[in-house]
Amino acid sequence: MSSALLSILPEVVLTVTGVLIMLIDPFFAPTASKKALGWLAVLGTLGAAGATLLQLRSHQILVTFSGSIQMDTYSVFFHLLIASSVLLTLLVSLDYFKPGVTSHSGEYFALVLFGSVGMMLMTCSVELLMVFIGLEISSISTYILAGYRKGQATASESSLKYFLLGSFATAFFLYGIALAFGATGTTSLTGIASGLSITAFPTMAFLALAMMLVGLGFKVSAAPFHVWTPDVYQGAPAPVVGLMSTAPKAAVFAVLLRITATTYSSELLHARWVLLIGIISVLSMTIGNLGALLQKDAKRMLAYSSIAHAGYLMVAYTALPADSIAAAAFYTAGYAAMNVGAFAVISQLGGYDEPLRTIDDYRGLAQKHPVLAAALAFFLLSLVGIPFTGGFFGKFYVFNAAIGAGHIWLAVLGLLNSGVACFYYLRLLTALYSRQLGEESAEFEGSSPAAVLAIAGAVLATLLLGIVPGKVLGLAQRGATVQVSRNR
Amino acid sequence: MTIDSSILSLIVFFPTVGAILLALLPANPTLQKWGALVVTLLTFLFTLHLPAHYQYGLSGYQFEVNVPWIASPAIRYHLGVDGLSMWLVVLSGFLAPLGVLISWRAIDRREKLFYTLFLLQQTAMIGVFVGLDLFLYYGFWEWSLVPMAILIATFGRTDKRAKAALKYFLYAFIPSAILLVGMLWVYAQTGTFDLPMLQQMAASHSISSNQTALWLASLAFLVAFAVKVPVFPLHGWLSDAIFEAPTAAVMVLAGKLGLYSILRFSFGIFPEQSRQIAPLMIALGAIGIAYGALVALVQKDLKRLAAYSTLGHLSFITLGIFSFTVAGIDGGVYQIINHGISGGALFMLLGALYERYGTYDMRELGGVAQKLPWMVTLFVITALSNIGLPGLNGFVGEFLTLSGSLQTIYVAHPMIWTTIATTGVIFGAGYMLWAIQRIFYGGMGRRPDEVSGWDLDAREQVALWPMAVLFVVMGVASPYWMRAIDSFGAGFTNQPAVVNLRTADPHSATNLPGIPVSGTEGGAR
Repeated sequence: MSSALLSILPEVVLTVTGVLIMLIDPFFAPTASKKALGWLAVLGTLGAAGATLLQLRSHQILVTFSGSIQMDTYSVFFHLLIASSVLLTLLVSLDYFKPGVTSHSGEYFALVLFGSVGMMLMTCSVELLMVFIGLEISSISTYILAGYRKGQATASESSLKYFLLGSFATAFFLYGIALAFGATGTTSLTGIASGLSITAFPTMAFLALAMMLVGLGFKVSAAPFHVWTPDVYQGAPAPVVGLMSTAPKAAVFAVLLRITATTYSSELLHARWVLLIGIISVLSMTIGNLGALLQKDAKRMLAYSSIAHAGYLMVAYTALPADSIAAAAFYTAGYAAMNVGAFAVISQLGGYDEPLRTIDDYRGLAQKHPVLAAALAFFLLSLVGIPFTGGFFGKFYVFNAAIGAGHIWLAVLGLLNSGVACFYYLRLLTALYSRQLGEESAEFEGSSPAAVLAIAGAVLATLLLGIVPGKVLGLAQRGATVQVSRNR
Repeated sequence: MTIDSSILSLIVFFPTVGAILLALLPANPTLQKWGALVVTLLTFLFTLHLPAHYQYGLSGYQFEVNVPWIASPAIRYHLGVDGLSMWLVVLSGFLAPLGVLISWRAIDRREKLFYTLFLLQQTAMIGVFVGLDLFLYYGFWEWSLVPMAILIATFGRTDKRAKAALKYFLYAFIPSAILLVGMLWVYAQTGTFDLPMLQQMAASHSISSNQTALWLASLAFLVAFAVKVPVFPLHGWLSDAIFEAPTAAVMVLAGKLGLYSILRFSFGIFPEQSRQIAPLMIALGAIGIAYGALVALVQKDLKRLAAYSTLGHLSFITLGIFSFTVAGIDGGVYQIINHGISGGALFMLLGALYERYGTYDMRELGGVAQKLPWMVTLFVITALSNIGLPGLNGFVGEFLTLSGSLQTIYVAHPMIWTTIATTGVIFGAGYMLWAIQRIFYGGMGRRPDEVSGWDLDAREQVALWPMAVLFVVMGVASPYWMRAIDSFGAGFTNQPAVVNLRTADPHSATNLPGIPVSGTEGGAR
């Protein structure tokens, strides 16, 4: 196999599967169940994961396509992460669409795959324009997916808001690329890294970073670029929220790490953006947590929680490069496992029409669905950061990295924030286990085996990341080493 | 792998295995009850291995298991017990089956959830006592909150249960978050989470030369522990949590975990800072004793009375251990065990009363003695043990803590604080005896008049008599327990310059991680 093909094999597999789904879809009657297409998508994702493992086993760093794609342990880590999130989301979505009511579910599976192509492309691009293309592919799919529950006002609102603000933010990112090009004469990350030391326009170079930070900050819903998050999450279908709050964010965090920790890595610049990211991270944690405290709607609450988690994650950026990359990468994995899981349970309990909205609606659900409730409780505890869960170890690792770099104030603020956060997570948790039943208890349509499999997988992943994080941690650390050594 | 090196893992994780089994079994009440009883009894049996095979002459950790867990950051799976923790592990094992027995009738729905959480709680608690790696310890420490909070939120008595559960969780969780910062800071300075190693570094002043930072870190540790004890004035959660929680949960709610953590981690890693803050803690202890007793005097609700009585007892222990005298620390540790048993028995009896009359309000009770002769017998014995009657267990502990606080050199006038503390003993006797009078004697109360109670049945007798026997045995044969405890307490002397002798002990020096220790314990026997 040519090295060029190997370096983008997962993307190729996903694209081919996606196109195949689009081609087959018209052969189904509009009212027929499109579950088979979903299984095809699952197969494609498994294929992409297999292709990524093939990349991992080749044990090499490939730079292909005129230096715009770089396949290394770092990109493999995020490819696997994205593939896992997408896989779980697809499993949850299989029975989400009722045949007859939603005739457009075939495209759904294709869109999820195309979106993940974009995300994966972002994590292996070392050329800013390529990153931009990946970002656009991923974003456009997500814009459509957010509004997938047709006929619901909140869904259209969700999609439109996300689209308008999202394109605005990508413009910022593009502007940043232009400025970086102006300052260094190149859009390749390695070129920028070497150009930064001799550039005649250091201010412009820094401005470029700031612009890119705005654009990417929007995508990961970091404060103060977070305002879209609650509305979009509230209106989007629950499985999609599970996906869009994890996989695209992981991809953007991967890009951001490549830009900050390895490109803008000179000491002078480092000190400047560390402060900037420190402020963004404290803002995100605080605004996210305080916002979540006020929410009555469970999905909105989790939206604010995802803002807060973006904040915790960005604490990692302030650490020393090797630590920060490994910690941030691990945190995205832990966060993906628990958040996809939480939304999987929510979509299982709620179904397509999502009658479970406020926290009161969740009251007493543990009596009717002890297993699903226990799973949700477990994900919530992981989000709180209770030990022996992926959420805790991620936090532990991130704050350990920050304290190792001497940012004790960030750790204090961050962990105090997680203390505040436990309040709203526990409110949902105690509601689940309360004795009274919610007034509007949902009609439960029987659980879907595929979704149960996905939830079990997420529980297992969250637990394993908390108890035996060694393997994932090792991969993240190897990825970090690759990044640091290549750019030194 | 010998039994000695795997016994602790077995004790810690057996309840979890039991919890998983119960969760998988059908939700049949009888099955769940018996299952929980069998699991807790077996766990108790396993814990008895510890005193039987403990080498009393030695200080340092025994039954150790110490293997790498995560490479970077350096985290080890390191368990072990010493004179401080051994009896606490046995105590936790002892209380659990009694807790199951006393919940037999009180928990009449969602048994599966109850017993699953109860067993998870036990794993977390025992894990706290035996974890010697800060990360591992912290894991168990945080986990101990979760089942308890859900137990309170689900099985609480009144409509305010969810609030009480949240309050309990927040009170403990937020200081624990800061505790984590402290631990990570210690790790950043030393590169290890291993407690014995950290103790050695503390003894040789090599953790950090930055005194301010050391101080802040020691406060991060101490505050988190003090909230969990709770030490006055951090006891805001205690009364509500006790008021709501079911009996079996209340029995293990307060005291042990926090006090143990202070003795182990605050004193172990920050010996000097702990001695410097001793005056404040002694004062808070003495105030807590008097405050708890005075507030208990005016309570109408028996559970709240018992809650403030708990605060008083725990303050006694705080006073004792912060005297940094051998007597004070020995007495304090002894009193932790006493409190577990005497306080536990008191809550069990109150729970039994509640099952019969549906109230904890003293004004609605009265004259119960005529109807329930066994109940009154056991109640009086338990109350006397709580008061500290000579010949019973409470007296030994109180005597030692008070004599320790008299000898302490860390406050200018130990006499004043000891006197304040002693008033607590008097008031303690006051509210206890008064409560007995109001529940059991006098005219027939409204509730006992309406409801025909029944005397303690065989199951309750089985749960309560072992405790009553222990009151007497621990009162007259305290040296049996003191042998182990003293090997811990003897490490603390009055000389401020000498820091924790135990770390200079040749045996514990050989128990450092990385050096094979397998031969030392088995070979010496």
